[in-house]
Amino acid sequence: MKVKVISRSTDEFTRERSQDLQRVYHNYDPNLRPQEKAVEYVRALTAAKLEKIFARPFIGALDGHRDGISCMAKNPNYLKGFFSGSMDGDIRLWDIANRRTVCQYSGHQGAVRGLTVSTDGRILVSCGTDCTVKLWNVPVATLTDSDDSTDNSSEPLAVYVWKNSFWAVDHQWEGDLFATAGAQVDIWNHNRSQPINSFQWGTDTVISVRFNPAESNVLATTASDRSITLYDLRMSSPARKVIMRTKSNSISWNPMEPMNFTAANEDCNCYSYDSRKLDEAKCVHMGHESAVMDIDYSPTGREFVTGSYDRTIRIFQYNGGRSREIYHTKRMQRVFCVKFSCDASYVISGSDDTNLRLWKAKASEQLGVLHPREQRKHAYHEAVKNRYKHLPEIKRIVRHRHLPKPIYKAASLRRTMMEAERRKAERRKAHSAPGSIVTEPVRKRRIIKEVE
Amino acid sequence: MEQYNTNISENVLDFKRQKLKGQLPLREELYGKSAKAAAKVEKNLVHILWILPSSGRYMAVAGRKGHIAVVDMNNMNLVKEIQVREIVRDVVFLHNELFFAAAQKKYPYFYNRDGTELHCSKASSLYFCRSFKFENAQGRTDLMWVNPFNGVVSLGHSGGTVTMWKPTTSALLIKMLYHQGPVSALAFHPNGHLMATTGKECKIKIWDLRKYEVLQTLTGHAKTLDFSQKGLLAVGTGSFAQILGDFSGSHNYSRYMGNSMVKGYQIGKVSFRPYEDVLGIGHSMGWSGILVPRSSEPNFDSWVANPFETSKQRREKEVHSLLDKLLPETIMLNPSKIGTVREAKKKEKPTKQGREAAMEAAVEAIKGFVWKNKTKGRNKPSKKAKKKQELIAHARRPFLDQQLKEEQSLSKKKQKLFEEVELPASLRRFARKKPTA
Repeated sequence: MKVKVISRSTDEFTRERSQDLQRVYHNYDPNLRPQEKAVEYVRALTAAKLEKIFARPFIGALDGHRDGISCMAKNPNYLKGFFSGSMDGDIRLWDIANRRTVCQYSGHQGAVRGLTVSTDGRILVSCGTDCTVKLWNVPVATLTDSDDSTDNSSEPLAVYVWKNSFWAVDHQWEGDLFATAGAQVDIWNHNRSQPINSFQWGTDTVISVRFNPAESNVLATTASDRSITLYDLRMSSPARKVIMRTKSNSISWNPMEPMNFTAANEDCNCYSYDSRKLDEAKCVHMGHESAVMDIDYSPTGREFVTGSYDRTIRIFQYNGGRSREIYHTKRMQRVFCVKFSCDASYVISGSDDTNLRLWKAKASEQLGVLHPREQRKHAYHEAVKNRYKHLPEIKRIVRHRHLPKPIYKAASLRRTMMEAERRKAERRKAHSAPGSIVTEPVRKRRIIKEVE
Repeated sequence: MEQYNTNISENVLDFKRQKLKGQLPLREELYGKSAKAAAKVEKNLVHILWILPSSGRYMAVAGRKGHIAVVDMNNMNLVKEIQVREIVRDVVFLHNELFFAAAQKKYPYFYNRDGTELHCSKASSLYFCRSFKFENAQGRTDLMWVNPFNGVVSLGHSGGTVTMWKPTTSALLIKMLYHQGPVSALAFHPNGHLMATTGKECKIKIWDLRKYEVLQTLTGHAKTLDFSQKGLLAVGTGSFAQILGDFSGSHNYSRYMGNSMVKGYQIGKVSFRPYEDVLGIGHSMGWSGILVPRSSEPNFDSWVANPFETSKQRREKEVHSLLDKLLPETIMLNPSKIGTVREAKKKEKPTKQGREAAMEAAVEAIKGFVWKNKTKGRNKPSKKAKKKQELIAHARRPFLDQQLKEEQSLSKKKQKLFEEVELPASLRRFARKKPTA
């Protein structure tokens, strides 16, 4: 009788030459891995700590402007190209990868208020407080790569002078129309020196304008009468309007769910709306301590970035009530404009301190080409962190953000005030006749009315 | 025994003095006794061995007299041997084969592979060893074993109890009376659900650690126990090593193999080699290995334990194992609880039917009670009936009390609710302060 006993020859299990790869054997028997969950938990904890250690979101500052940055535009056709306009009328084209000015335009007399690029990425439209709209030629991408010298002598392709100063401009996603906002909303064609259409609803100034990414004829504006208005170019008058308690500074459409948009409000919050149902916000994004100045959606539609007067930038999930990330530096002053890059991995902010700042969208992401083993490791870390994210220790580490002292204090003060307000409302309700006071949800509280 | 027996009678034969000759038989008897004692001591100088639990490639052997050796089991090469010149009670590897610790006469000592003493722990050794989670033989509690499944440390005591400890609390987790006599050996199944213990009263017991009850009791003395990776149980006693197996899957261990050493050899410790079908036996004349088919896991996982590990792989693994070092709070009786939701504490209230059924069951249990015959005069039927009634009333009492209490609280709650509804919302908070009278 033959009795089988384990017998391994060393030659079979070791490599012959040092150039050979070491053989790997697998056995997924759980008995070989005691305390697997505890080990996984420790790994998740390590992953959370490593994420904190590697969270270095700030890549660099782009200096060159001589006054605060007022507006920015991204080139939809060229990833590295970014335009910025400043309060002294200067317009620059930046090469983000090399962090330098590629082209400097002669710009406007007063502040540049709006910048936008046509769909094909050839024409830059700018508008300013000097009541002019200017069209500029964008240097071709191949040329910007080879040409090192900055081109200072570029002249506008066209200058259109109009009656009032402008506040914002936006180009259609598909088509050759662009809209300017000022005393009213004007729709322009590239080749016409006068607007082809004008909309007005109320007498107040329109602050910002954005075209819908899917329906090229739909646009949304915010105005200083605290309203958010929807327009359809095919109609003769504006379509719908919602009036809030405070004005919205900026607006951005979700590119992946184009019926939804988010408005950056003066009351420190952002409000996501469904454009079909304006009587109630879909989500209120809280976190900023001062007015939110600008907002931009990531091309993935899963998150958006906001810049605020409180000198911070925050990144929110499209459906998250609190911010996922907060960025700040000692030198960054009030942020007037923010943009997500077209590959959703960078965030660019322009602030009062004349600098553009380049940030990573994911603070601890490793840049550069990753080895497949590195990719697998990152994926594994992400998975275990996600699996144990609800455990208190990991939650605490992942959620913790260091805040500058003034912002931390402002936040705690704001919390106290809101708590006091809530308590007062509760007491008022308790001392009134039952049913006479209805508590409104936060999503409705700041909305005054919806006008058709 | 021969080597200790110095035959004096031959040397003193030519003694002429009568007086000395008379003393000779007495002397001889005395010498014979001492030779026997010396041989007995020698018998007890057994070897302890410890096979690296992760890969099973290295083995540390310690002789009672102070000889410690590290052996590479792949090619049976001696890596290092040292002589510490004092009694060695136990020897273990630390996290890998580069370091080992030996429990010597007074303190545990730590050595590296070259035999250099790294550290001598003069703190209370038992505490120290517990915090570092390895086995050591010290003091009255001369058994310490770590459950591989959850990292909980078990101690076997001379009182027959086994206690379980975790590092985060100073209180013990479990204390159970396992044996009538002192516990002499302890071993855990690799899946952590079975524990084998043996006591000095010639019982080997196999326990289910999920229910904390005995599954099987075997008769027989054992000095040392060890479970293999596939669940075979090696039992060593005297000069006989026996292997028990459970091939039916019903935790019914029966004799699988037996191995007798040369008579007179005393087995000190048996230890299965992981990933090889080998049982190492440390005995009074050194150590031997026997083949035990179906004892170990045939397929190893390179990421868990690699018997053919290169030094580069070992170094990388050391770093990874340091990164994955478990936190003390993850050591608990049921480690699969980590990351799960704590069960709601809300107790489900028993229904009225359920409560009545429980009461009936309690009464039925009392009815089955057997009357013990008492002395004359106390055995009357009337007395029996009275006693029975008393017992039934006694069994019913807690249920009735509970019911009464619940009814009272319910009526109180109802009354309160009624009062509250009466008041307007703004006055409700004053109502609570109102005296109940």
